[in-house]
Amino acid sequence: MSDPMISLDGVTKRFASGSNAVEDLSLDVPKGETVVLVGPSGCGKTTTMKLINRLVEPTTGTITVNGVDILRQDPVELRRSIGYVIQSIGLMPHRTVEQNIGMVPRLMGWPGSKIADRVRELSEMFELDATLLKRYPSELSGGQRQRVGVARALAADPPVMLMDEPFGAVDPIVRERLQDQFLALKAELAKTIVFVTHDIDEAIKMADRIAILNTGARVEQYAPPLEILRDPANDFVRDFVGAERGLKRLALSIVGDIDVEKGPVVSRTASVAEAEAEMDRSGFDWVSVVTDGELAGWVDRDALKGVSTVGDAKARPFSAYVTAEDSLRQALDSIVTSRTNVAVVVSEGQRYRGILTLEGLSKGLSS
Amino acid sequence: MDVLVEALELLFDGSNWTGSMLDSGSILTRLWEHVFISVTSVALAIVVALPLGLYIGHRRRFEALVINLSNVGRALPAFAVLALAYTVALRWQISFEFWPAFIALFLLAIPPIVTNTYVGVKEVDADVVEAARGMGFSEIEVLRRIEIPLSLPLIVAGIRTSLVQVIATATLAAITAGGNFGRFIQNGFARQERPLILAGAILVALLAIAAELLMALVEKAVRQRSTESPDATVFDEVGLGPGVEAA
Repeated sequence: MSDPMISLDGVTKRFASGSNAVEDLSLDVPKGETVVLVGPSGCGKTTTMKLINRLVEPTTGTITVNGVDILRQDPVELRRSIGYVIQSIGLMPHRTVEQNIGMVPRLMGWPGSKIADRVRELSEMFELDATLLKRYPSELSGGQRQRVGVARALAADPPVMLMDEPFGAVDPIVRERLQDQFLALKAELAKTIVFVTHDIDEAIKMADRIAILNTGARVEQYAPPLEILRDPANDFVRDFVGAERGLKRLALSIVGDIDVEKGPVVSRTASVAEAEAEMDRSGFDWVSVVTDGELAGWVDRDALKGVSTVGDAKARPFSAYVTAEDSLRQALDSIVTSRTNVAVVVSEGQRYRGILTLEGLSKGLSS
Repeated sequence: MDVLVEALELLFDGSNWTGSMLDSGSILTRLWEHVFISVTSVALAIVVALPLGLYIGHRRRFEALVINLSNVGRALPAFAVLALAYTVALRWQISFEFWPAFIALFLLAIPPIVTNTYVGVKEVDADVVEAARGMGFSEIEVLRRIEIPLSLPLIVAGIRTSLVQVIATATLAAITAGGNFGRFIQNGFARQERPLILAGAILVALLAIAAELLMALVEKAVRQRSTESPDATVFDEVGLGPGVEAA
């Protein structure tokens, strides 16, 4: 936190109407991180975001972006260095997709060829078909419009992005796809992002850090998602994060984060007696069969009847595996749906890594 | 029927177009005068009304004041304005052939343009404007690249209404010795020559219809250009609203 990209210091904004106010807010957004402001409606989260690009001017307090006091900058220049996406996107209806994406570079006086290159680059990044570029916004689907909106905000490659419920206007399936796509892009874009949402699940998914805001934009907790799920600072946060706190944590952690158990495993050259000893040792009534480190399947006592080595028995494939990159939520799903109540963990090329059980999962979470 | 036949005979007589029709001037001369005063008064009205409408639509300030003030031009009978301007013209020793009528028509032309421009700008999707502003459009750029293009069809509709009203009303200018199609009507009444009255009336009507059609074409072209998207329907809905002069 030594080098915040955006810093709000004692910022207050009051409106005549009294709602959406911000009271004495201090918040640092570290460079390159995605900070999600989340809170109930009217809590001032959108106001907070608009204070950063001066669409709303603070009553008192100081805001710096990249170390510079924004009140000392020309608002128009400031805004051109900050990408801005709102829920309704607000594409210009009388301009084509291409013109919409290129609008900020055009304002900044880029040469036409450079704008065209940039538009092409962004449309590829956001999987917008070349034929879409000549269309008008009203001819696009909701998801396409959202992607054009985000592409447009990125056009002049601003170091900072402000996003106000950018995926709010589409159905849940499209939303999830847009979120995944943006998460994948985010890693390579290295932007500092302030993201506003009222949806705690979206916050948990998108954030490096979440600020949970109460009325007046009071920060109830400002921490990485896992920390908020593990250690809610108070009842407000606990209520806001809601039920299924544990499940949400599972979604955020991956199998690679926790230790796996060795599980019952033998090589295919092992004798039946060795296999049975392994079952007795581990307390399972089956063993995984591994050939040169590669998982072949599993056998139980019945399958071993009348054969001399494990390799002679017919190994049955596991119905599902998990890998180190899968979330613990997927591992849990695999555990409860498998006949054996175990998730088998493999790495690339079906290499056997071990197993996960319910006990292992909860032990891993509490550590 | 005789009157109509005689009126049509006057109009179809080619010599009346270039030479004087019943000592009241040639049709072409009167046409030029009629078009000239109509177009110039509407042009000046555009110069005044357009910036006003854009300003109050963009800034959302002084809206009621400006709209009400501009409606004075509509509330005052053109005839009264003409009379008033005439006395002023006499008092100040300026030409009372052209200026009194010009002022009356100018005032008449303002309200539809102000109102339509204002409503057109105001009705532009607030999210489009916010997104643009948030990404670094200056106020002028918001106006130039978004609000004006999107409200252009409605602005043109306002100009169309003004122009047609002005062409119809310009006939009054003949009362203060101004020359145009109204001269035929005026002289016809003065001399009890009913065919001349009717010929003048037909000419005014035809000119008004021609202007209406021409502006309708312009409006259509602008509408297609500025909003190729189906979103354009918003303007039709607006046009039906109270106090809006979308023809």
